[in-house]
Amino acid sequence: MAGKPTEPVDLTGAMVTDVPALADWLVVAPVVICLLGGAFLLAQRKNTAIQGRTAVGVLALLVVAAVGLLSHVLNSGPIVMTMGRWLPPFGITFAVDILGAVMVLVAAIVSFFCGLYALTEIDTQHRRYGFFPFLVLLMAGVCGAFLTGDIFNLYVWFEVLLIASFGLLILGNEKAQLDGAVKYAFLNLIATTLFLIATAYLYGLVGTLNMADIAVRVAELPDGAPINTIAALYLLAFAMKAAAFPVFSWLPAAYHTPRIVVSAVFAGLLTKVGVYALLRTLVMLMPASLAVFTDILAWIAGATMLLGVLGALAQSDIRRTMGYLVVSGIGSMLAGIALASDLGLMGAIMYAVHSMIVMTALYMTCGLMIHQAGSHDLRRLGGLYARDPFLSAIFLILAFAIAGLPPFSGFWPKLTLIQASLAGGNGWLAGAILVTGFLTTIAVGRIWIMSFWRGGPVGTPDGESIAITDMPMTDPADRRDMLFPIIGLTILVIALGFLPRPYLNIAAGGAGGLLYSDAYVESVLGKDSTEADIGEEIGTDADGPDANSTEESQSGDGS
Amino acid sequence: MRTVIFRTTAPYLTSLMVLFSIFVLLRGHNEPGGGFIGGLIAASAFAIYGIACGVPPVRRALVFHPMSIAGTGLFIGASSGIISLFSGVPFFTGLWIYPTIFGVEIALSTPLVFDIGVYLVVLGTIASIALGLEERERL
Repeated sequence: MAGKPTEPVDLTGAMVTDVPALADWLVVAPVVICLLGGAFLLAQRKNTAIQGRTAVGVLALLVVAAVGLLSHVLNSGPIVMTMGRWLPPFGITFAVDILGAVMVLVAAIVSFFCGLYALTEIDTQHRRYGFFPFLVLLMAGVCGAFLTGDIFNLYVWFEVLLIASFGLLILGNEKAQLDGAVKYAFLNLIATTLFLIATAYLYGLVGTLNMADIAVRVAELPDGAPINTIAALYLLAFAMKAAAFPVFSWLPAAYHTPRIVVSAVFAGLLTKVGVYALLRTLVMLMPASLAVFTDILAWIAGATMLLGVLGALAQSDIRRTMGYLVVSGIGSMLAGIALASDLGLMGAIMYAVHSMIVMTALYMTCGLMIHQAGSHDLRRLGGLYARDPFLSAIFLILAFAIAGLPPFSGFWPKLTLIQASLAGGNGWLAGAILVTGFLTTIAVGRIWIMSFWRGGPVGTPDGESIAITDMPMTDPADRRDMLFPIIGLTILVIALGFLPRPYLNIAAGGAGGLLYSDAYVESVLGKDSTEADIGEEIGTDADGPDANSTEESQSGDGS
Repeated sequence: MRTVIFRTTAPYLTSLMVLFSIFVLLRGHNEPGGGFIGGLIAASAFAIYGIACGVPPVRRALVFHPMSIAGTGLFIGASSGIISLFSGVPFFTGLWIYPTIFGVEIALSTPLVFDIGVYLVVLGTIASIALGLEERERL
């Protein structure tokens, strides 16, 4: 047992001594809310009556916290909190800049609407398997990954969300689900292991795990340090997580097997965490290595978007088509990372936001279509326009958005990415984005024509339509409850399309925060580095551009 | 495994192991031990009881479902970080109080609360898996 310290110890060199502002707690709030809520739901696992509403309440609280977080970050810069008062780079730091905050906010909104949708879609039996605890714990992992400022802690959050996603994927223990889950689990565990190995090498090379500290030290590395190898390992690991060419095969193999709301959550969140991790590690921590891999990454991006959309065209199961569209979207985000310019990264961030919202909404819409028509096979779908004209309008809006047609949310990211490609002299990449957009229009248009526009399934004569009474009945209350979250997300899609100014500004801020990470680094290390010993080592060596700025801030503090 | 000797000794063994697991949990801050290893010992105690006497008596003895125990543990663990909110220090800062109970000074701390949470999570999870496997075996 620890005895009472007899004499006061001077802690200023090792610990944070100032009282954190109440607003600083916003940076841990999303994770804490999800962990506490998930734990409560886990304890109440058999009490299916209260689970759904409690989970939606927790997720609504998460949205509120995320709004507070983003507005605070926009107003007063990055927020940092280090666990247990240790001074960075010791202790696990949570640090959030605009990119992290906006990702948390969109993830929170998406998960909130998924929770609402699940109230109808997840029946008592699946609630007993633990859908809601898994959903909230998944959000703990996702928010933790977006908020952490420590690369090993990022790995931990990846594990948290991975374990929760396993649980969601096999909800119901069906054979096809287990088959999908094995492929999903196998490739994801390989990716996680590569991530861990890369982190171990990085720690061996720079001797720190704190991201801000890594950014400073990588810039100061001598020539010949194997940083490019480490960057390649990170690239492979996160490309697998994000489902990029040629390691995307796990996604279409797994995403059509679980409940549709689970696919909606996954499509919205999981691959984007991989993209976020790529942005964080390659762009912010190792920009020099990213420059080495630009060409390869551009090819990967082009191949991912084109093969993704070709896969979507080849499928006749609408759930599988959606899976391939997720992959295709990842290609567009990678294109932005490959360009590594202000505009390119801005496009990547905008595309990530857009894709999270639209893919989730599309999966939910497919779920309602399957409910209304009784099939997910394009050959058996038809006549849905007569059945549900409102749904067909919503699907059309989302289809335009995913294809990048104006005036919806997909237009601005594609425009930005094409502009960035042309500015970066990558004409073929701009061409690939345009061709992908065109093929996406065909892929989603095909679904719309075959399931809504035509009269009935294959074999129905032209000009005739099957009677509505031949279709399975959906309870009108169920339809309304499932439509509500879809409408919520669709309104966002329209709003982002018509009022792009805040959307563009926030994405530009996020891209700027990645490329010029001085504000992030200073908020983690800078303000304390004059007082602590650890700061001297960083500040005295003024070789790298980042070191320069730290030096300036220190001399500024000193004078 | 339902021999008379095993069935007779298992309850004593189980209670001793649970007692020992709590001892290990409490000594864990500065000496070998802690919530994780304590939880493992407690879970194996219940596993032994299950092997000897069947799963239903274990479930009755545990009162709560193992996953509920794990959920409660996670809740306690996460709450131990929140206590620092009220003391004006960052998340998960270790806070200590030294109350004197019956003339003995006792060191209580948030790391101990966290460790109790870990203990319950490990106990709940491992017991859940072990009991699940033992039930499946007899089908």
